[in-house]
Amino acid sequence: MSQATFTLDDLKRILLEGSGAPEGGGLDGDSLDTEFSDIGYDSLALLETASRIEREYGIELDESVMGEATTPRVFIDAVIGHLAVPAA
Amino acid sequence: MTASVVVTGLGVVAPNGLGAKDYWSATRVGKSGIGPLTRFDASPYPAKLAGEIDGFVAEEHLPSRLMPQTDQVTRLSLVAADWALADAGVNPAELPAFDMGVITASSAGGFEFSQNELKSLWSKGGEYVSAYQSFAWFYAVNTGQISIRNGMKGPSGVVVTDQAGGLDAVAQARRQIRKGTSLVVAGAVDALLCSWGWVGLHTSGRLSTEQDPARAYLPFDDRAAGHVPGEGGALLILESADSARARGAKVYGEIAGYAATFDGREPGLRKAVELALADAGMVPSDVDVVFADGAAEPELDRIEAQALVEVFGERGVPVTAPKTMTGRLYAGAAALDLATAFLAMEAGLIPATAHTEPADRYGLDLVVSQPRTADVRTALVIARGHGGFNSAMLVRS
Repeated sequence: MSQATFTLDDLKRILLEGSGAPEGGGLDGDSLDTEFSDIGYDSLALLETASRIEREYGIELDESVMGEATTPRVFIDAVIGHLAVPAA
Repeated sequence: MTASVVVTGLGVVAPNGLGAKDYWSATRVGKSGIGPLTRFDASPYPAKLAGEIDGFVAEEHLPSRLMPQTDQVTRLSLVAADWALADAGVNPAELPAFDMGVITASSAGGFEFSQNELKSLWSKGGEYVSAYQSFAWFYAVNTGQISIRNGMKGPSGVVVTDQAGGLDAVAQARRQIRKGTSLVVAGAVDALLCSWGWVGLHTSGRLSTEQDPARAYLPFDDRAAGHVPGEGGALLILESADSARARGAKVYGEIAGYAATFDGREPGLRKAVELALADAGMVPSDVDVVFADGAAEPELDRIEAQALVEVFGERGVPVTAPKTMTGRLYAGAAALDLATAFLAMEAGLIPATAHTEPADRYGLDLVVSQPRTADVRTALVIARGHGGFNSAMLVRS
């Protein structure tokens, strides 16, 4: 059921679907280490994104992902970490 | 405490016109925006007509980031606020954030957004409900989004008193300006033309089930049998007269008087009008036109006509209800009537009440068929909210 990978493109697509594009660019390779808030996505956008990822990939993200993954790189790594864990 | 509060900008979104200019062009010639509902299949419902806003493409005005988190009502509100600010010649980015506030009224919030999320909840499960449902439905959402978009952090809020709210919000804005806030975006836009909202509106028992747009909403007419709902409203830029003068702004006029009452054993409407006159330091003969609430329910029409006759005398003042061209917009209606009053003062023209043939027994000088040329310097706007709210506001050029 779970897909094995989660990339920047996946994150970008899900952010766009759920929360639209912020004014002034949005997410690209150069912004991997930029804070989401500086890209133009607030905590609610991340909540919506996390919810969509959980639905699509059949995983459950820890609450801590929301609080600690404040940049795309950390967020993507956290999702990949959950994908790697076999379903209990 | 008595500093003069003026209006320097108008933002109108109405079924018969987008933008103050288009709306006034339509209203002055009696062009109605009422027609068969097209937003969803209305055939199973008793009421089938509405004042829908056509040709509004939110994506042409607002960034993509706002689309997934906004209902139609918030999109209309954001654009109306943008237009009002542009009309006032105000660039919010150049002003101190805490000197600007936003006070709107709402009678329904974001109904269609909620309907879609409820559909997801019941058909697919709670995990499919958008995180944005947490605020997108909420009465205060228009105030919040206008505040965020324009960086306005001063006194803000929302009032919920059905149609009276359109005036109550402007009155609240006047209080905040008198306390020292330089500028407030105030008024109301309502929009709930989705099937869930439609069912809710029917519970009032006040919707017209007539299917001919020319016979469906006839306040003060012997054939009156309810109203047609519409969507839209207006947002106004309020400033202290001093600050408007200091920046050389165009001024539409002043918010001169206001009062609100609540119905008890006796209807409170007459008292609201008298208190508004007292607040403005005016007498009835100062008033050049009344924008009526125009419920188009025989008993409510009787109460309103009686209040006007008692205050102004039989046929003592021209009365009009241009909302016959838009349908009742709930909180948005009174704000739109205020905007219309300023446009009427500017043009020296009282727009007509569409389609109505007034019954003699009401004793009103209702402006019908044709607009009436008049030197309009002072207008009274009346709004009644479902459940007993009465508000009256006087504006002066």
